[in-house]
Amino acid sequence: MVNFDTAVTLSGLKLDNPVIPASGTFGFGYEFADFYDINVLGSISLKGTTKDARFGNPTPRIAECTEALINSVGLQNPGVHKVISDELPKLKKCFNKKAIANISGFGIDEYAYTSELLDKEEQIGILEINISCPNVHNGGMSFGTDPKNAYEVTKAVKAVTKKPVYIKLTPNVTDIVSVAKACEEAGADGISMINTLLGMRIDLKTGKPVIANKMGGFSGRAIKPVAVRMVYQVYEAVKIPIIGMGGIARAEDVIEMMMAGATAVQVGAENLINPYACRDIINDLPRVMEKYKINKLTDIIGRAH
Amino acid sequence: MKNVILKIEENKALTDTVWQMTLSGDCSGITKPGQFINIKLDGFYLRRPISVYDCGEDFVTIIYKVVGEGTEYMATLAEGKELDVLIGLGNGFDTSLSGDKPVVIGGGVGVPPMFKLAKELIAEGKSVTAILGFNTAGEIFAENEFKKIGCEVIVTTVDGSYGTKGFVTNAMDFDYTYTFCCGPEPMLKAVYNTGKTSGQFSFEERMGCGFGACMGCTCKTKYGNKRICKDGPVLVKEEIIW
Repeated sequence: MVNFDTAVTLSGLKLDNPVIPASGTFGFGYEFADFYDINVLGSISLKGTTKDARFGNPTPRIAECTEALINSVGLQNPGVHKVISDELPKLKKCFNKKAIANISGFGIDEYAYTSELLDKEEQIGILEINISCPNVHNGGMSFGTDPKNAYEVTKAVKAVTKKPVYIKLTPNVTDIVSVAKACEEAGADGISMINTLLGMRIDLKTGKPVIANKMGGFSGRAIKPVAVRMVYQVYEAVKIPIIGMGGIARAEDVIEMMMAGATAVQVGAENLINPYACRDIINDLPRVMEKYKINKLTDIIGRAH
Repeated sequence: MKNVILKIEENKALTDTVWQMTLSGDCSGITKPGQFINIKLDGFYLRRPISVYDCGEDFVTIIYKVVGEGTEYMATLAEGKELDVLIGLGNGFDTSLSGDKPVVIGGGVGVPPMFKLAKELIAEGKSVTAILGFNTAGEIFAENEFKKIGCEVIVTTVDGSYGTKGFVTNAMDFDYTYTFCCGPEPMLKAVYNTGKTSGQFSFEERMGCGFGACMGCTCKTKYGNKRICKDGPVLVKEEIIW
């Protein structure tokens, strides 16, 4: 039997396989250890972390869509100090690989503050910077919708950490390539993409939006073609590695996303309907690799170009 | 929590809008009354969380109201069909705090979880009164089942077409040692304010995953933020913030 090589490397961090649960769908990882041995994962992108604790948005926060859902959780998290004191030690007990810290902020200073603290945590292998948040110092416009803002956040985080910095891009822009290029220029080590698409559902009985916050992030299998397209475009424009995500639900999707240009992938919404999704995808990879005659996953990165 | 494949043994209408489904298979993962199951349905992205009416090692019975497209579809499912189900979700009720004469109060589709709870309380030798609240006589279900297991049963209807006229709180004027309650939030709040004892209240919220991963159903309590699906759905009276 052929030995299928699923290993990939992100900025020096070697992963046994490219499958990573996406931030916000997997908590701080340890709770999924009740379902299966989470050490089978390539890595884990942890729950989005901010400087201060956040309750998040009012409920309802979830709306179902066709092959997708909308969420408006609002970055609920206990704040970076509690993440370091309470959450990471629990993760360490059941996960012996490096994890990815996912960092949000509402000002450049907040991104830098949280990044500097997480930089000191040994179990964190990569800082993933979510720039989809509104900048409260700049009229509430999302950092990720403006290349200049994206550049500045990247620079500020790079200045406080030695760990690889991956910038997580929002797809809710006219030209995602220009944002990706600005991040690369500012020294980003990689790109994570895509965050959720802005969406809305209306309850026909009440005639009002289902989500309390009206709009939310649309994700799930339905968005995969958008994500594949954007990863394809960004891969053409930057030299740094891409973690691709958006609608990944099967081993076949991993292959497709890597062919578009991703070095690794994240699985998000699928975890919420199948808590075993990542494990199942990893187990299924050799079968799909055999079917498409792939011996080494790294061989197919960007094959579509 | 366990992920199991269960087979529909029976799926029948109890009233115009309320259905009862019994599923067979390994249900040993349901460990406490008040827990719920989360059912994957063909053609629907999210699972449907439904409270447990009754269960044993090899079966689970749920009672659900047809309120949207998912439950409409559930009502069409025939015997023999297999469903992918996550079972044993949520914290469930703690019967050890009940004293010897607890009251269990259910309103509408808040009635089902009180049945398994009442069964367990009675098995523990406690004397249980059940107050079952409905809008009108035609919506009543499960009254006889509560009687059969040995509960003292009081039915209330808002329009007075059966039993005591009014809300469940109109029937709480007697001595009891502890309050268990499940129903729509205005009812929970009324029972919270009327009740003379400590108690446990089961809440409902729109959920994403049902097992604590997505933070879609978080509420504030005096003991910190809690996910209704994982840290709840049962909250103790002392921690509730309205």
